Amino acid sequence: MSILNFPTLWSKARKKGSPYVTIWELLHLDLILVFALSLLLVVGLIILYSAANQEVVVLNRQILRLALAWLVLFVCAQIPPQRYLFWAPYFFAVSLGLLIAVLLLGHIGKGAKRWLDVGFIRIQPSELLKISLPMMLAYYFHDKSLPPRLGNVIVAFLIIFIPAGLIAKQPDLGTALLITGSGLAVLVFAGLSWRWLVGALVSVVCIAPLMWHFMHTYQRERILTFLNPERDPLGSGYHIIQSKIALGSGGLFGKGWLQGTQSHLQFLPEHATDFIFAVCGEEFGLVGTLILISINLLIVGRALYISMQASDTFSRLLAGGLTLTFFISFFVNTGMVTGLLPVVGIPLPLVSYGGTSMVTLMAGLGIVMSIATRRKLIAA
Amino acid sequence: MKKHNTLKNHAQEVRLFYQRTLFIGGVLIFLVLCLVARLFWLQIIQNRFYLTLSQQNHISFLPIEPKRGLIYDRNGMLIAENTPVFNLEVMAGRKKQMLNLIDEISKIIPISQTEKELFLKQLKQKRLYQEVTLKIKLTEEELATFYVNQFRFPGVSVKARLSRHYPEGPLFSPVLGYVGRINEHELKQLDASNYAASDYMGKLGIEKFYEFLLHGRVGYQQVEVDASGHVVRVLQRILPVSGENLFLSIDSHLQHVAYDALKGEVGAVVAIDPQNGQVLALVSYPAYDPNLFVAGLTNQQYQDIQADPTQPLYNRALRGQYSMGSTIKPFLALAALDEGIIAAEDKIYDVGYYQIKGNQHIYHDWKRTGHGVVDLKRAIAESCDTYFYQLSMKLGIERIDNTLWDFGFGDLTQLDVGEEVSGLVASPSWKKKRLGQAWFPGDTLNAGIGQGYMLATPVQLAHATATLAAKGQGYLPTLLLLRQQESGRLLRTLPRKEEVIEIEPSHWQTIHLAMQQVIASPAGTAHYLNRGLKYSMAGKTGTAQVFSLKQNQKYNAAMLPKELRDNKIFIAFAPIDQPKIAVAVVTEHSLKATLIARTVMDAYLEEQANHPAN
Repeated sequence: MSILNFPTLWSKARKKGSPYVTIWELLHLDLILVFALSLLLVVGLIILYSAANQEVVVLNRQILRLALAWLVLFVCAQIPPQRYLFWAPYFFAVSLGLLIAVLLLGHIGKGAKRWLDVGFIRIQPSELLKISLPMMLAYYFHDKSLPPRLGNVIVAFLIIFIPAGLIAKQPDLGTALLITGSGLAVLVFAGLSWRWLVGALVSVVCIAPLMWHFMHTYQRERILTFLNPERDPLGSGYHIIQSKIALGSGGLFGKGWLQGTQSHLQFLPEHATDFIFAVCGEEFGLVGTLILISINLLIVGRALYISMQASDTFSRLLAGGLTLTFFISFFVNTGMVTGLLPVVGIPLPLVSYGGTSMVTLMAGLGIVMSIATRRKLIAA
Repeated sequence: MKKHNTLKNHAQEVRLFYQRTLFIGGVLIFLVLCLVARLFWLQIIQNRFYLTLSQQNHISFLPIEPKRGLIYDRNGMLIAENTPVFNLEVMAGRKKQMLNLIDEISKIIPISQTEKELFLKQLKQKRLYQEVTLKIKLTEEELATFYVNQFRFPGVSVKARLSRHYPEGPLFSPVLGYVGRINEHELKQLDASNYAASDYMGKLGIEKFYEFLLHGRVGYQQVEVDASGHVVRVLQRILPVSGENLFLSIDSHLQHVAYDALKGEVGAVVAIDPQNGQVLALVSYPAYDPNLFVAGLTNQQYQDIQADPTQPLYNRALRGQYSMGSTIKPFLALAALDEGIIAAEDKIYDVGYYQIKGNQHIYHDWKRTGHGVVDLKRAIAESCDTYFYQLSMKLGIERIDNTLWDFGFGDLTQLDVGEEVSGLVASPSWKKKRLGQAWFPGDTLNAGIGQGYMLATPVQLAHATATLAAKGQGYLPTLLLLRQQESGRLLRTLPRKEEVIEIEPSHWQTIHLAMQQVIASPAGTAHYLNRGLKYSMAGKTGTAQVFSLKQNQKYNAAMLPKELRDNKIFIAFAPIDQPKIAVAVVTEHSLKATLIARTVMDAYLEEQANHPAN
């Protein structure tokens, strides 16, 4: 308690009347979000230690990535929203350009072109779009009167579907759906007419068969398997069957930490990455999964609250879009692991082993924090 | 203008954003509730179902092969043992993969075509990750070569296993048979769970007959396996129950003597203890090495054995059907005495042939000049055909058949080894049915000297001789003496008494003495056996013209000159007053049967004299 209260007391004593009331605001960090994120990271590391078969090397690497992610969050939080507003179109243009570049000369990883090798670092442009797309939409709407008119909506659709289509072509259906989802969320935040919303839903249902036609065989496989995992129990249905066994066998309290047979005996594939939620469910049961869900809800709820408190359109839409990106990542991953949604390769935010998406999401939350701590400045 | 617009709508926009945020928040909460409901369904309601699936995933039962029971002779000499061998085993995978693997392995360890074929055949029966034997009995050199290169072959390992071994090779093969790899057809008939870990089963002989005792009960270990089938740890073990050790009535020494005596011949020796029906020796010569069948014969080896004109795979002691020749005579004489048709003192005058009244056909005695005045004793000692022509005429075929049946001819002796055939006691109805001809008086005459349709196996002859020696108290011949269970408990096999053949004791005595004269009388047909004889011995020689038996047809063609020679059959028992051994010897196209019988008897009785405690 005292640790949490200390900075507040300290700053109140030292800087009464200043706009920077707390040290957290001085650092442009949101206390609740930092607390929830730390909790998630600790829980995530505990699960990962078990999922990675107690290999300290794996844990060390993850901690290193986490440190990098925190650094990125911190840096992003220091940049004021006006700067983002100014850079938004350029950032979007660059990430779109990289996306095109990756299609032309990208590296192939696991059957898909996603990486761009720039010598010292490998860039995954689709990750950049998780931030630049909501940012671009927020930029586009920031000086338009809301709710948007038809012409604006059409432009917004173009902003969403051009990169989404390019990403789907890599093919990376998961990320494509993710940015489409967060883009559409920005539109909803912006006040898209209900009539159009319903119309869009109906048209999606109509377009679905057409989409089917353009899908890759493996994508169709995944959807067919999602509808009936027993169709191919040793092939593409294997993942989801084993994942459900892991979750279901966990029960209320789970088999205990490091005691999960599904992951430790290698029955559950990708148990340290995409399917780590099933490890949590197996070892900590329903209690464990509910705790994980609660922490995520706390993060999303706090971020939504921050976006509501934001003082200008750009900040509101950007914070809302980034929050939805985080939520969709979480929901698509858990939905996939529990068999609610088809298997698409999206990691569990901040828990799955792997760096790229973690850094992106933390950057997004850094921007949210930047917005959280600067509402008064802009409002003035 | 733009600025004005924004400012104008500011409050409205904030309200709009509030509404939309609340709406989206509602949607998110709805989605999360879906997720929670799903988790509740999976983790609480379906928990038991998935728990079972999870256990099925990682808990697996591995069978443990029971140790096969050992086989000993009556003196406790080991005649079938289990020896450790090192086998090359491969974890089953896809066929194409396996073929490549074999190619690689064969570069360092020779893998024959047969081994490869056997492996592929077994592969079909096994599941993924089960181990399949590629090569058995690796030599030390091969072992060393493999270990040096082992890192190149994941999934290939050397396993120490127990393999059946018959230390005496072919000596006991007519008794023991052999074990061999279980084939697909056999697999369907076996108790699959009990044989889950076994690759071998008894295929012939004692090994097959007492398979249910020798095999034992399979054990299991409950193990935890990972997704690729590797055992992580053992959770629980149910030990297998070893097969029972069997002690046979066979006397190895006697078996050896009989086997050696038969060398150079083609034939069989069966020796039985008349006091209880225990088989003391059962030899068929030539014999095969059963160890070859354990390893699995190569095509070449199999063809060589098949092409051997002496047919080593043919178990003559149990399956050889021979004309009885004059060995039939004591049994018929006994019947005639019992029926009162003749008396022992009755004499006939033998002119060298016999004629049926009102028939021109002449039935010759083997001695063309005739035996002169002949009574029963002389008729048996000198094997007078004319005497038995008239005896069988008086007896008639019906009583001849009944007598033979009483002594167990024409039917299986039920020796506990299986395999045997029934021989033949020919009757008018049989002839009618099989040949479509009437029974002629000549057929009865031929039967009277054992030259007709009658056929007997050596084991039947030995059994009948034992019954004769025991004066009508027969025993079904048996091989199993004792069973020793894993716990050490011993189970003794009781002699299997047969119905007593009720004939007056004096008649038995008469026949015994007449049979003694075969050896003791200077005119006896086996008088040459009398030299140096230290015990009393009764016997009867028999000479049989070779019949074109189905089994022998191929054989005859291959050995035409020798084929013309007769088979020699000799039955005997000793000592006369307290018979301890009855033997039947058959030598195909050779006269040595009598000498072999003497050698066997000498070995048994003189050895017994040295060790009376047996």
